[in-house]
Amino acid sequence: MALDQSFVGRSYPPTGPYEVGREKIREFAEAVGDANPAYTDTEAAKAYGHPDVIAPPTFVFAITFKAAGQVIEDPQLGLDYSRVVHGDQKFAYTRPVRAGDRLSVTSTIEAIKSMAGNDILDIRGEVHDEAGEHVVTAWTKLVARAAEEA
Amino acid sequence: MTTPSTTAKIRYEDVEAGAELPAQTFPVTRATLVRYAGASGDFNPIHWNEKFAKEVGLPDVIAHGMFTMAEAIRVVTDWVGDPAAVAEYGVRFTKPVVVPNDDEGAVIEVSAKVAAKLDDDARTVRVDLTAMSAGQKVLGMSRAVVRLA
Repeated sequence: MALDQSFVGRSYPPTGPYEVGREKIREFAEAVGDANPAYTDTEAAKAYGHPDVIAPPTFVFAITFKAAGQVIEDPQLGLDYSRVVHGDQKFAYTRPVRAGDRLSVTSTIEAIKSMAGNDILDIRGEVHDEAGEHVVTAWTKLVARAAEEA
Repeated sequence: MTTPSTTAKIRYEDVEAGAELPAQTFPVTRATLVRYAGASGDFNPIHWNEKFAKEVGLPDVIAHGMFTMAEAIRVVTDWVGDPAAVAEYGVRFTKPVVVPNDDEGAVIEVSAKVAAKLDDDARTVRVDLTAMSAGQKVLGMSRAVVRLA
């Protein structure tokens, strides 16, 4: 069943702060095999002008996608998550995420489309730090594949 | 407002549209995916459980799309040095990276080129990325806006 268009523009309450740990950044950088010292060496990060180690560009997805759970699991929206695949992903950065950040995410449904029986959902996650300053925006396109005929 | 990077290794004046970045290849095994699942918190069984993956119609276990996205941008961040030079980054997940349960696993091949010089004041360029695995394009519309020095 097509998703309700009246959900377009709906925003969900900001998530409680996620505190970015330096060892979590290290774990992520190691998992993707990225030896850039800006992720693990405070002095190297400082040489680039950052106050502390920074996170790789896609690290923040773990935080924004968890926040998008508010949308995905909204019983009123009724998305069938078992049929969902990740279609597109985009980030626009004001500054890199860094160790010690306490980040909150505000998720908004930007668009709902129906194409060939597939539901396409665009979610925007605005990430702010504890001072309320913008850090990064993440756009996630989810595609719920059409249910097979019974 | 995008401001020029003061720390990127690459100077805006030194690049032209069409310039290629050093290409890289990234191996992916089942162990890589288990490790990425833990680090990212994405425990979807299609990324580690072959039986489950096949039940939902996949040929085998597939890599996390976000893993491929993380690898592809390394071609850019290794080129510029300071990862904060990446101002925007987006991809479309076009085909899965299929990862067999053997010692070889899969390989993601990433190439990139400067598609356009965007803004002489902000010193930004658009880099277009191509990511291939087993002869198939696994990312589409894969683009980054990068602030150069």
